[in-house]
This record gives sequence, structure tokens and C-alpha cells, in this order.
Amino acid sequence: MVKTPIYMDNNATTRCDPRVVEAMLPFFTEHFGNAASRNHSFGWFAEEAVDTAREQIAALIGASSKEIIFTSGATESNNLAIKGVAAMYKKKGNHLITQVTEHKAVIDPCKRLERDGYQVTFLPVDKYGQVSAQQVAEAMTDQTILVTLMAANNEIGTLQPIKEIGKLCKEKGVLFHTDAVQAAGKVPLDVEKMGIDLLSLSAHKIYGPKGQGALYVRRKNPRVRLDPIIDGGGHERGMRSGTLAVTNIVGLGMACELCRKEMVEEEKRLLHLREKLRKGILGRLDEVSLNGHPTERLPGNLNLSFAYVEGEGLMMGMKDVAVSSGSACTSASLEPSYVLKALGVGDDLAHSSIRFGLGRFNTEEEVDYVIDHVVEAVSKLREMSPLYEMAKEGVDLKSVQWASH
Amino acid sequence: MKVQIKVDSATGRIEDAKFKTFGCGSAIASSSLATEWLKGKTIDEALDIKNTAIVEELSLPPVKVHCSVLAEDAIKAAIRDYQQKQEQRQPQAETANA
Repeated sequence: MVKTPIYMDNNATTRCDPRVVEAMLPFFTEHFGNAASRNHSFGWFAEEAVDTAREQIAALIGASSKEIIFTSGATESNNLAIKGVAAMYKKKGNHLITQVTEHKAVIDPCKRLERDGYQVTFLPVDKYGQVSAQQVAEAMTDQTILVTLMAANNEIGTLQPIKEIGKLCKEKGVLFHTDAVQAAGKVPLDVEKMGIDLLSLSAHKIYGPKGQGALYVRRKNPRVRLDPIIDGGGHERGMRSGTLAVTNIVGLGMACELCRKEMVEEEKRLLHLREKLRKGILGRLDEVSLNGHPTERLPGNLNLSFAYVEGEGLMMGMKDVAVSSGSACTSASLEPSYVLKALGVGDDLAHSSIRFGLGRFNTEEEVDYVIDHVVEAVSKLREMSPLYEMAKEGVDLKSVQWASH
Repeated sequence: MKVQIKVDSATGRIEDAKFKTFGCGSAIASSSLATEWLKGKTIDEALDIKNTAIVEELSLPPVKVHCSVLAEDAIKAAIRDYQQKQEQRQPQAETANA
């Protein structure tokens, strides 16, 4: 028997790996020192642990350990990268480039900069959610100081052509930041090969603790400088003051090491599970469409729209399976997913979307269980869906006049 | 949201009511409750069903109040449809979309 409820929302957060927890535990009690205490063994031990973590994180992304800055999470990393570059390079230019499907932790800092007088270009994406290096090239001006584009999308899992864009940015001498929260630890990343100058990542998306993030800041070719958001004791090369959360940092380090060591095998395993889930559902239900890119996507991410069924209703129909939806009914704003809308997915299908996020702890048996329950719930809800009935009767739903509420 | 009512022509009472809904849990629950309440009521009584009563019965949060409005609209639409068909002297099971 499969143990329920089943967690299949690993793009939202992940369970801490027991090996990560084990590494963290001594740092709550025995090794509680402040990594900034330079004059006793408690401090030295903490500092050593932090340095080890820096190396583990750097190894995951092909960086050097001195280039890792600790933050409270990827939202802070993104804010620091974007606002920090904007303030530091103000004299050089006032233009930034990003895309419409970024996470709010990138979009909102960009919008704040716009209010403060900067120019921001929000590039549109194609039907798979991708931008091209050419689009970025065309948007660049002599005022452009930063390009910020996510490595992988949180809703649809689409991977961006980071390497081409990084190369372009190098040629043009423009800094390149990537929000790699979803991609880090899941797919190979290399800041040197991909021309990345700044990279945000978060522990809780890779089986580490919540409340811990990191920002990679390039030290040479070029040396990136940031105006700090938080002032204080001058920790982290002056870019982020505040006592280091040693316990969390040890957890992030271990999480990165596990991801690095197991990535090749895990990528294969997740891809197999995802395809099994996709084929299992599509083989038994009609009018299901895939959102995002068919192949250029995170191995664990599957985003499907079930026509004529509303996403939140569907989630309630399979209570012991935890997933997410792009439906307006799940958002506070009552607007369907802006990411799906940017791909040109209609409101109806955005409302009908479900995101399955497979992760390290999902099993083959769980996938079988989820397929059965999705098929059952969708069939039941279609039975009571007036739209499904009308579609089956041959009514063109686009011709219906809808009352607004 | 779709509500269908079956009216007993002798007593003028609603014998049975059915729904079909595309929507979230709250919308489905609102329409389901509406059909439960419709059963046994006269047309006039049915017109008295207010969305606020549905909100109260289901303890809907403010963000889901519009789901109950849809249910009230569907009831009204079904009754309007019934009355129109009555005028055309075709007292049968009636349908309306809201």
C-alpha cells in the first residue's frame, strides 16, 4: 500500500533529506559558535563548517568558494543581485532586461527599480516559455547594465538557453544574473561555461532547510560589485551583514553535495517517473495538454491542463495528492497564472492546470497511485462539468456569451 | 454553472433539482447546496434563496463569495426559463445556464 497523503509539489518546497538533518544537528547544540568569533575554538569550528559549506555549494555550480554569499533565501538573493547591481552601476547605465515569466522575487524588484527611474525590458516568451539570445541582443542598449533570466521556470519547468545568453552578455560586457532556484541541483550548471556573473539558489528546494539561500557573485572577469541592501557588521565581504546561520548553512552545503553526487542518476530516475506519469494520464484521458517545453524542462516537472475541469476543484477531488494549480481560484488575486497566460494558454486552460513536482522521495508506486486518482477525479468532475457536456454536444465554447462577476 | 429544475404542475412545487458546475470546490458546493434547498420549494420560495444564506451555510471566505452569487444567479435563470416556457404552455423539465 502507498502511504498517503502523497507529496508531489516539489517545485514549491522539498522535504529535508535525513542526511542533511544529520549534518545540521550538532550545530544546534555542541557547535553553536559564531562564525565571526575569531578568538576561540567555538568560532573557529563554526567558521570551518561555513567554509566547507561554501566549497560544497561552489562545487555544484563550478564556482570558487570565495564567490558564495549567504542570504536568507532566494528572494533575498534575487533582491540583492538586482538592486545591488542597479545601485552600484547606476553611473554606467539604467537599463535592465528580464522576462515576463520570472518569479515575483525578480519581477517585483525590477518593478521597484522602474518606479525609481530605471528602464526595464520585460521580454515576451514563446509558446514553450523560452526567450532567445537574439531577443536579448535586440533589447540591449548602451545603457544596459544587467540581464536577469531564470535558469528554469518554477511553474512549467522550462529551461532557458542560459549558455547562449551568458555568452552574449560576456561579449557585450553586460552582467548576467540567473535565478537558479529550480535548476540548481537538478540539472548541470557551470558559471564559467555558462557565463553567469550572479546566481541565486535556495536550500529548501534541494532537500535542505527553509530560510537559507546563497548568491554566487563573480570575483574576476569581471569582478562584480554590489551595493548591499542590509548594512551592519560587514559580513560576507560587506555585501550581506548579519551573523551567519551556521546550522542552516551546513544544511545547504550538505544538500548541494548530495545533489551534485547523485545528479546524473537522479535526473534519469525523475525523467522516467515524469514520463510514466505523463503517458499514464494522457493514455487514459482525452483533452489533456502539456504546458511548457516537451523536452527542455526540469526532469521532475509536469504541468498539465485538463480541459473542462477547474484546477482547484480537481485538487479537492484528489485530496490525498498534494500538487499545485495555476487556477485563479487558488490565488489571492483571483487571476489565473501569469506564466501560463504569457505562453498564450487561454484563461480556460490556465484555470485547468495542475503542476506535478516530482522529487527525490517520490516512488514508482506513488506515480501509479497518482495516475489512478487523477483519472478518477477528472472523469468525475467532467461528468458534472457543463462545459464538457457542451463541448461533447458540439457547442463552440468560444461562441458562448459569459456573464461577468 | 447549470441548474435544472423539475416542477410539479399540480402543486407548483419543485420536485427535483440538478446541477452541473465548472469551478472550484466552493462553486461546486454552492450549486450543490442550492439544488438541495430548491427541492420541495414553490417558485416564489425559491426566488427568496439569497447568496448570503449560501455563504453563511458553507462558511465561505470573502474571496469565495462570488461562487455563491453564481449559484443564486443560476437559480434565478432556471426559474426565469421555467416561467418563460410556462407562458408558452410547455410545462416540462427546464434548463438554464448562468
